[in-house]
Amino acid sequence: MSAVIEGAAIKEQSRRAAERGAGFLPRLVRQPIVVACSLVLLVIVLACVFAQWVSPYEPLEQDLQNTAAGPSASHLLGTDQLGRDILSRMLHGGQVTLLGIVQAVAVCAVIGLFLGLTAGTLGGWVETVAMRLCDLLLAVPGLVMLLVILGIYGNNEAAAMITLGVIMAPTLARVVYSATIAVREELYVASARVAGLTSFQIMRRHILAGVTGPALTQISIVAAVACIAEAGIGFLGLGVAPPAPSWGNLVTDAQNVMPISAWMLVPTGGIIAVVTLSLTLLGNGIRDAYMGRSSGSSKAFSWRALAVKVSQAESPAGGGAAPQGQEPILSVKGMTVGLPRGSSEVTIVDDVSFHVAPGEAVAIVGESGCGKSVTISGVLRVLPMGAHVTAASISFKGTELTSLSEREMNAYRGTGIGFISQEPISSLNPAFTVGHQLEEAVRLHRGVGKGQARQIARELMARVRLPEPEAVAKKYPHELSGGMAQRIAIARALAGEPELLIADEPTTALDVSVQCEILDLLRDLREQTGMALILVTHDWGVVAEACDRALVMYAGQVVESADVQSIIAHPAHPYTRALLQSSSVGIAPRQLLPVIAGTVPAPGYWPHGCRFASRCELAEDACRTGPIPMVTLEESSAARCIRTDVDELVRT
Amino acid sequence: MLSVVIRRLIVAVPLMGVISFIVFVLSSLAGGSVGQAILGPTASAESVAALNEKLGADRPVLVQYVDWLGHAVTGDLGLSVVSGVPVADTIASRIPVTMSLAVGALLLVIILGVTSGAIAAIRGGITGRLAEVLAVLGRGLPSFWLALIAVLVFGVNLAWLPVSGYVPFADSPSGWIQSLILPVLVLGVSEIALVAVVTRAEMLSAMRSDYVRSLRANGYPWKRIVFKHVAKNAAAPVLTMVSLVFVSLLGGTILMEQIFGMPGLGTLMVSATTKHDLQVIQGLAVFYTAMVVVVFLLTDIASGYLNAKARAR
Ligand code: SF4
Repeated sequence: MSAVIEGAAIKEQSRRAAERGAGFLPRLVRQPIVVACSLVLLVIVLACVFAQWVSPYEPLEQDLQNTAAGPSASHLLGTDQLGRDILSRMLHGGQVTLLGIVQAVAVCAVIGLFLGLTAGTLGGWVETVAMRLCDLLLAVPGLVMLLVILGIYGNNEAAAMITLGVIMAPTLARVVYSATIAVREELYVASARVAGLTSFQIMRRHILAGVTGPALTQISIVAAVACIAEAGIGFLGLGVAPPAPSWGNLVTDAQNVMPISAWMLVPTGGIIAVVTLSLTLLGNGIRDAYMGRSSGSSKAFSWRALAVKVSQAESPAGGGAAPQGQEPILSVKGMTVGLPRGSSEVTIVDDVSFHVAPGEAVAIVGESGCGKSVTISGVLRVLPMGAHVTAASISFKGTELTSLSEREMNAYRGTGIGFISQEPISSLNPAFTVGHQLEEAVRLHRGVGKGQARQIARELMARVRLPEPEAVAKKYPHELSGGMAQRIAIARALAGEPELLIADEPTTALDVSVQCEILDLLRDLREQTGMALILVTHDWGVVAEACDRALVMYAGQVVESADVQSIIAHPAHPYTRALLQSSSVGIAPRQLLPVIAGTVPAPGYWPHGCRFASRCELAEDACRTGPIPMVTLEESSAARCIRTDVDELVRT
Repeated sequence: MLSVVIRRLIVAVPLMGVISFIVFVLSSLAGGSVGQAILGPTASAESVAALNEKLGADRPVLVQYVDWLGHAVTGDLGLSVVSGVPVADTIASRIPVTMSLAVGALLLVIILGVTSGAIAAIRGGITGRLAEVLAVLGRGLPSFWLALIAVLVFGVNLAWLPVSGYVPFADSPSGWIQSLILPVLVLGVSEIALVAVVTRAEMLSAMRSDYVRSLRANGYPWKRIVFKHVAKNAAAPVLTMVSLVFVSLLGGTILMEQIFGMPGLGTLMVSATTKHDLQVIQGLAVFYTAMVVVVFLLTDIASGYLNAKARAR
């Protein structure tokens, strides 16, 4: 079974790479700026190549009546100090510069592609040697080396431009190398367990598709640099010897006539600027095309834009089991979370209501893509840029969180509600020792001094059962195992003594044995402190082990909520039942598990009727006609299904 | 930490050897001898040969190189073929000019680049897009052209600043600053936006990271997250960019010195190049490489301090 899935994954990868390749050219030519720059470059190149026929005068022809003149009908771009036509000199001079660019780019492309591709595909010592060579070449100051070459070979431009190509090659090699590595890893991950599927041909096709864009971008940068360097050499008088024109020595001429007339600076420098700017913009356009975004559409991202937009819905919408008994510590009513997609917004979490009683442990269960993580992120207001949370009410211990500002929210995050995330190591800052990070949290949340914070941090480390706290405190996150890092993350979340801990798949990234330890730890901590817990997971084992009540989510909605005991014994919703059947809870280990056929519909593509209908065995026409309401079944359980009665019959 | 330095030095020292050797071999391949260069193209073959023998230029390249290297490690870079002055002395006397330019421009780039990049990352809006546009312009506009325009506008038309020459700091601090303003501005201006773009991108990628999400979810004040947690992670890559910018500034000083008539290493390089003064070229090549190596070494040390992972590598 696994091989089939892996095979499908490879196909998926190939398809995506092919799509990327296929979309590249259309995306490129759709950008007006790319088209404009290409046209400008084309016109300039053609005009220079055919300068003999196109230019109005000979490059050395003098018009002594008209020296250092501005633009006129007979001399479109004016004349220089000797009365030579500037336009004609520019067109002829362009041949020198363009030839130089071609030389540099060709040398750079050959060396860079060769080094990058061999290092990227062969790996091993070839990789090491090639990359070391690149490091070495990167340390060579370019312009200095050019002058050295010119000094030795005397005004030999070809030698200088070839040298430039060599000097620029390592950057290209690195770009090609990392693109190759990325493709290789992508394929490797997909095919790791299916031997023989990665043939050389697949590699070649994928690498070609992956490398073209980055390489072309870098090559256009090389061309721009070569243009400026060639002009610079000419300007310093080290290139083509006057009176023969080049773009660089025309600027020198312009400098010399500057006291009489400044005009000549405009066209001579202008042409260099136009060519290099066009090349740079072309490079940016190519980059945008292979990154799959049309230029200019990338919305400005910033820290400020991270602040989530929160609005309060008019009236409490949606059902959900009403809290009973104790006043809940957290109560969410009718929360909807939207994320930006393109220029519109797509709903990820749709009208979710739930509550958590003090000391209670609630699981949020479902396949990935059902909106579990976004639900808790919505409560904490820690979402990707442009997110929008709407809710009738999100109240924590009686405080309405929706009406709080971002700053006021911080009074509750950390101290009222603690948070631990799925990836323990990356949830800690790689640049600080874990001890420092823990002490920082203690000082922040408890307002104590340095010495005391250190003391408390050590106590917390003991409470999360970290062996040798002194030694661990001095380590950086990447030096810890996943289990140890998760203990640190838990300790950090405990620093504010929260009454509610939200854990987003806290054990998913860990080994099975470590998973159990972390779950035990969470349960013990809950017993000691009496804090409530929201645990997001897709693992029924974790639910059964650590939680009192479960909330099953499907396609952005809560589809069932009930006590863990009863939900495992008598799941009411077909989705819950299917989930339970495909998990190992209550079944002998290693038995072949049935998988729910089909996939969760993606946000934005939810059907009008029951969202599970396409995968549901009990689906009937009535299921597809309209939204399915939450149906209260017993005192504390509810399900979003119109055929829960039938299920009872099927079950008994 | 020490091991990073040692590892860098293990690469750096041979690098300088390799560069000087390449320059040596290239110059021997170029044809024409030192004697020829000194006596000019009209000299007779016998007198050239005699001079070559006297200077030891008739020996095999490798022997000459080893001889040169032996002197170079003691700080003796030989005599200028053209002027007869020791190369090391000439270089030493010109370092202050070039360093004033390069370091001044570097400070300008760091201060303005990092600040505007950080503002763009925090506040968003127009600053980020502006930095991107300016980065394209900065890379696209030839600096020597910009310099000429600056001379024309600020020096000639407005007559605010001197357009030529260099005043040593010891002679007149205010004159020193005045003589540096224009070249430093022109030299630095094209790189500011580049550093800003990198700063913004690195800060944004840190802001999107999992640990920042955890910090936000745990109620850390935004200033602490941005100026401590994000800043320290963004600092290492920005620093690497800054070191590359310094290398490019070092090259840029050659053009600026030429335009603004400053007696630095750049003008020395250009005149040595036009006069085929191989000893000076050789010495300068080694000196510039050494500068770059030192800058990279300092960058590595600083990155290692900032980034625990890099230190482990
Ligand atoms: S409402 Fe219909 S389709 Fe939806 S889960 Fe119930 S039975 Fe299945």
